[in-house]
Amino acid sequence: MKTGLHIPSNILYMDSVTVSFDGFKALNALSLAVAPGELRAIIGPNGAGKTTMMDVITGKLRPDSGSVFFRDTVDLTQYDEAEVANLGIGRKFQKPTVIESLTVEQNLDLAMAGNRGVFSTLFSKQSAKQYERITEIVSLVGLIEKRSDLAGSLSHGQKQWLEIGMLIIQEPELLLVDEPAAGMTDYETELTAQLLKDISGERSVVVVEHDMEFIKALDCHVTVLHEGHQLAEGSLAHVQQDERVIEVYLGR
Amino acid sequence: MTSSLRTLIAPLLSFFILSCAFPATVFAQDAPFDDLAGKLTTRSFSEKARLIDSLAATKDARTLGLFQSLLAGQLYYIKETGAIVAVDKTDDQFLATDILSAEMMGAVAKRSVKKIGVNNKLRKQLRSLIASYSLSNPDVDIRLEAAKALVKNPQKDFLPVLEAALVKETDKGVRTAMVIARSAILLGSEDAEQRLTAVEGLREANDKQVMTLLEQLVLENEDGSVGEPDERVRLAAQEVLAKLHTSARFYKVAEDLFFGISLGSVLLLAAIGLAITFGVMGVINMAHGEMIMLGAYTTYVVQLMMPNHIGMSLVVAVPAAFLVSGLFGVIIERSVIRFLYGRPLETLLATFGISLILQQLVRSVFSPLNRPVITPEWMSGSWEINGMLSLTYNRLYIIFFALAVLFVLIQLLKRTFFGLQMRAVTQNRAMASSMGIRTGWVDAMTFGLGSGVAGIAGVALSQLTNVGPNLGQAYIIDSFMVVVFGGVGNLLGTLVGAMSLGIVNKFAEPMLGAVLAKILILVFVILFIQRRPRGLFALKGRFVED
Amino acid sequence: MNVNEASWWRGDKGGMWLIAVIAVAIVLVPILNLAVAEDSVFHISTYTVSLLGKYLCYALLALAVDLIWGYAGILSLGHGAFFALGGYAIGMYMMRQIGDRGVYGNPELPDFMVFLNWSELPWYWYGFDSFSFALLMVLVAPAILAFVFGWLAFRSRVTGVYFSIISQALTYALLLAFFRNDMGFGGNNGLTDFKEIIGYSLQLESTKNALFVCSGLALIGGYILCRYVVSSKLGRVLVAIRDAESRTRFVGYRVEHYKLFVFVLSAMLAGVAGALYVPQVGIINPGEFSPINSIEIIIWVAVGGRGYLFGAVIGAILVNYGKTYFTGAFPEIWLFFLGGLFVVSTLFLPKGVVGLVKSRFSGDRGTEGGVNDGNDGAGLPNVSALPNVSAPPKEESS
Repeated sequence: MKTGLHIPSNILYMDSVTVSFDGFKALNALSLAVAPGELRAIIGPNGAGKTTMMDVITGKLRPDSGSVFFRDTVDLTQYDEAEVANLGIGRKFQKPTVIESLTVEQNLDLAMAGNRGVFSTLFSKQSAKQYERITEIVSLVGLIEKRSDLAGSLSHGQKQWLEIGMLIIQEPELLLVDEPAAGMTDYETELTAQLLKDISGERSVVVVEHDMEFIKALDCHVTVLHEGHQLAEGSLAHVQQDERVIEVYLGR
Repeated sequence: MTSSLRTLIAPLLSFFILSCAFPATVFAQDAPFDDLAGKLTTRSFSEKARLIDSLAATKDARTLGLFQSLLAGQLYYIKETGAIVAVDKTDDQFLATDILSAEMMGAVAKRSVKKIGVNNKLRKQLRSLIASYSLSNPDVDIRLEAAKALVKNPQKDFLPVLEAALVKETDKGVRTAMVIARSAILLGSEDAEQRLTAVEGLREANDKQVMTLLEQLVLENEDGSVGEPDERVRLAAQEVLAKLHTSARFYKVAEDLFFGISLGSVLLLAAIGLAITFGVMGVINMAHGEMIMLGAYTTYVVQLMMPNHIGMSLVVAVPAAFLVSGLFGVIIERSVIRFLYGRPLETLLATFGISLILQQLVRSVFSPLNRPVITPEWMSGSWEINGMLSLTYNRLYIIFFALAVLFVLIQLLKRTFFGLQMRAVTQNRAMASSMGIRTGWVDAMTFGLGSGVAGIAGVALSQLTNVGPNLGQAYIIDSFMVVVFGGVGNLLGTLVGAMSLGIVNKFAEPMLGAVLAKILILVFVILFIQRRPRGLFALKGRFVED
Repeated sequence: MNVNEASWWRGDKGGMWLIAVIAVAIVLVPILNLAVAEDSVFHISTYTVSLLGKYLCYALLALAVDLIWGYAGILSLGHGAFFALGGYAIGMYMMRQIGDRGVYGNPELPDFMVFLNWSELPWYWYGFDSFSFALLMVLVAPAILAFVFGWLAFRSRVTGVYFSIISQALTYALLLAFFRNDMGFGGNNGLTDFKEIIGYSLQLESTKNALFVCSGLALIGGYILCRYVVSSKLGRVLVAIRDAESRTRFVGYRVEHYKLFVFVLSAMLAGVAGALYVPQVGIINPGEFSPINSIEIIIWVAVGGRGYLFGAVIGAILVNYGKTYFTGAFPEIWLFFLGGLFVVSTLFLPKGVVGLVKSRFSGDRGTEGGVNDGNDGAGLPNVSALPNVSAPPKEESS
């Protein structure tokens, strides 16, 4: 999955991407660049185009115009969701979606990097090494005692964590995380922020979030989206000074 | 063919019985006529043929009534007296009328009378004679029919009658028809020049019958001889025929279009209720076809209850069917479907079960056989535009009816408070509920509305197809195809979907045959759904997710 | 390989029991039919043998449907089409076996073709005089149809009820097509008047018993195959697709490939079921394509317990036994009963009989087969329970 020595200048590069639904522009000439290993937060009011942006990156939506490149060379608009995932981009949804009728272990096993072909999964067996890897991840996300429990029996927060675990075990180069703190307690939120900070560096992480406390805890570059395009970018302190951002957030 | 015959005979009969038979008494008894008529009791058909010609030659006013009865197989003679009578057969008795004196004789014993038989040759002869007489009838429609009948059987004996009638004729349409008839007769002339003029005179005759005549001229027999010996006439005939073929093709397209739109409106009616239950509410109602069936059975029951007002029965049946099917819909929604919202596959299975129950229910109540539903008089017959195109009234009415139902429904959804509540509930249930809308009640009413509209469709379908327990099944797949094709949640899409499927089907039919056309449509829709899984007029956006 | 073999039956007590019962039946039933005297109470009539054989074919068909519906969430309302195609394939072979013993005595052409004044065998009948070719077609014909249809549908992400409806339209279209005389499959009457199969007369009791045994073996084989598939990692991918299709895609699985694989496999199983069914009933006609047949299969699975392979088998046998009984005893009531079954099983038995028994007696957590009856997060999330985080994760990640 990792292709050799070439270190790209941008892990993700979006150039004037436009998506419209029946005339309504969900994304309006949006441009964005994320560096390898960077942790980036994206904020914006409802309808700013955050989820649409994720959909475009992960191949769920085709943009009307503009380009999206992964590792400088890979044109993401040419791939569908599964292919994008296999290129090395992981996505976590706003609503935790784990496979409820499988156990925690089985969920992680499914997500684990490896051959995704039909026949290789038909005849695949879990190796000792893979078992170890799953052990590592369940400990990381604090679900070690729940390893054999059905994912459906987990609490909301635990599901969020399981899903983050699934993302990590997928070993992507870029993680897209949609509102990970939604519905979490303060303590869980704090842990999640820490976890995301830890896993960035080795890989790039893009977090979409509403919760300012959470963004603050992430302590990273922030991009503000509004009506489908980028309003401001910089440190949290910087964008909080920005007049347009204040106007958008506090009303006109 | 048979229907045009019936339309010819029916008005003629009623007219002549009233206007010819009775005035006959005014005239003095004409000896030759009475004598000739009396001889009709002969068994020899050739003798009868001669008699008929002689009778026609008497120009007696009673001739027509006599011919009519003879043609309709209602002419009898009383064995004892040899008197010629017209017999009106009712359920169990023969009502006789003396044809010569127009005296009503009342019921007669079946054994005491004997029918005066006719063969095909005589029928043809009679038809032509009747036609020639009818040419001078005061009623425009009858004159028109008579002129058309002459084209079918162009015998030069009628030429003088026709010429005479043509001179007096004032109505433009009838004149045209008469000119065509004259040309048709002249085609059989001995004189090549006359034939040539006749061929030219048929240039504007948009009539299938004329085409048959012309085809006979250009026809090459097996022995190499041709129908028309004169080459100029033959070439002219070929040319005119080519022109007529062009217009025939045009009218064929027009007719196909009409049948297509007609089928489209049937599909529209069948699918429109589904567009509400499936399209608006997202409920897969496999019992939708049975809601249509219930509507059709309601029509049957209404007609049973008012046998003397069949003409009005459909007017009563429409609201009745709406209520019956709507009520069933509400019951089904409240007892089953409301527990299955958000689980479409389960809804599909449960409503399928309901459809089986309803089918068995009508089978138990009404028997598994088809029930006869009567077509009221105002819906039967057809509108004949010319010899190449005629549109049946029942299909015409159904087209208008379907569009009216669609229109009313759109208005209901757009302009009424109920429509507003309905849209509110389907778009955001929680919000609607918190604003005080009784979502459960709205669900039930919406489902009832969709089912009720299906019931109305059943009334219309009862006029076109057999009313039996399987009526609904024939339409359920088509209905889903229309709704899915047109785009879920969009009534205008349903209209476009229904019309395009109907028209495509009718145009494909002559090329492929009915069954293959249907298969092709199904395959087409399947492929179409591949390309646009949300239909022609799908809503776009991120909120449209499963 | 040993480890793998061990894994597919682990925890499948119901399946083990089922295989055992069928194994006993395929030994016992022929003995009771052929060896036990007719006046003995233990005698089983030949009619019953064929009836049981029919049930086994239905069970295999139900298994095929449960594989896609219970595990991959694909509700096909057109699976009867694959069953019928398998049946037609073997029927064509048996038609060719009639040879010149038909009513018209034509050595080359089946009776219905002679009747239609056909002069020669259509090209697609070539090869069906060979039994092995026919067997191949039993698998290949349904597989091709399933592949083409599935490829079109899954590639464009036709899911849920949309898939159900177009699959119903598919079988409906085939129904219309096979009704046509010029299709060359006997039209309305279908294929019938079979004489023998691989040289054995279909009238013989021993042939009927052999067909019953074959059906039993096919069911056992089919069960083991399905069981292997659903307990492999691929089976878990299928469950993932069923429960959260979009999520599975984002994890990197080509959902359409998985669906296509299992759909084609299921169609082939259905074809085998049809091929075993037709010699036992002696006729195949377009009626087998009718949508109601396909939808009846669904109710067998629903009654037995969707998502439990042996549940599908039990459901098929239960419902068909009920059908045999009711259509014989109270023909009027059967459709009411069947219709009621649809309503009751969806409203009150979301997991079928097996699910009911399991939740009653064993406090079963619903292993991988068990279907979550409904939308994700139907149950209230357990908010009060804090995540069991013993140590802050950051220390472990470093």
